[in-house]
Amino acid sequence: MTVRVGVVTFPGTLDDRDALRAVRLAGAEGVSLWHADKSLRQVDAVILPGGFSYGDYLRAGAIARFAPVMESIVEAAHGGLPVLGICNGFQVLTESHLLPGSMVKNDHLTFVCREQRLLVENNRTAWTNRFAAGQEITIPLKNQDGQFVADAATLDRLEAEGRVVFRYQGWNPNGSRRDIAGITNQAGNVVGLMPHPEHAVEPGFGPDSAAGRRAGQDGLAFFASLVTHLTATPAPA
Amino acid sequence: MARVIVDVMPKPELLDPQGKAVAGALPRLGFTQFQAVRQGKRFELESTEAASPELLAAAREAAVTVLSNPVIEDVVSVRFDPAADAVPQDPA
Repeated sequence: MTVRVGVVTFPGTLDDRDALRAVRLAGAEGVSLWHADKSLRQVDAVILPGGFSYGDYLRAGAIARFAPVMESIVEAAHGGLPVLGICNGFQVLTESHLLPGSMVKNDHLTFVCREQRLLVENNRTAWTNRFAAGQEITIPLKNQDGQFVADAATLDRLEAEGRVVFRYQGWNPNGSRRDIAGITNQAGNVVGLMPHPEHAVEPGFGPDSAAGRRAGQDGLAFFASLVTHLTATPAPA
Repeated sequence: MARVIVDVMPKPELLDPQGKAVAGALPRLGFTQFQAVRQGKRFELESTEAASPELLAAAREAAVTVLSNPVIEDVVSVRFDPAADAVPQDPA
């Protein structure tokens, strides 16, 4: 079975092409989804890529949440469809209430773009099963509104339920509460994170790594994890 | 014709980075009287309907579901603009 992964394009999305390429490099088929079209085109999973949907007007991700395609995605996600939100896609997931919390402007007030070290704390999600728990990875991070915030009760619940998937290592680049870089829902099918795995999937274009300059491919395991998840479990009827 | 004004502010317990940046700029321009700034949003919702409790209730609903995110913001005021029926004046 070839896994079909939908990548949504909103007005202002930037990284849809990169996400589609990452999906292909992981051995799956990339399917473009359009914000104004309710149809999910029978995909097996959905990626909400990074960018500035609707210019970040109102709040980052706030207007994209009401796009026709999101209605279908929210419903399917509640039914178990794997969904990955990257950067602006993570913001859309919190605005859609598929994930708790929200993102506000970076605490240092400036845009940040860097190669970011992360700790993988939960390798039981649809998007992280190819990592080892406690593995350290490096993928690019680039954001303006990347400071993850939630009230103390929500943060305590996320920690207690093991739903903090990624934590910033070395330096917290945006002031996120408890160094949280990415989280998951209770079922583990919906994951959101601020850094960009799709920018670290092939030699020559990734972060610097032990293997050489721009050789880092730590992002590829996100998409390979999805393929493993979907091919190792029976497809929904 | 009615106009509803909705004011949204960042939650008090959250650091407001934009307000902090503005607060930093004020003394540099000689405004040393102000030590803190919080920056919020004002929405003006125009309607062809006359002002009514139902219209205000609809605006309140929009304020808490779309115009604000309760995780990071508070709706501090939803009210009719008393000047909504006035003929718009050319500011020049």
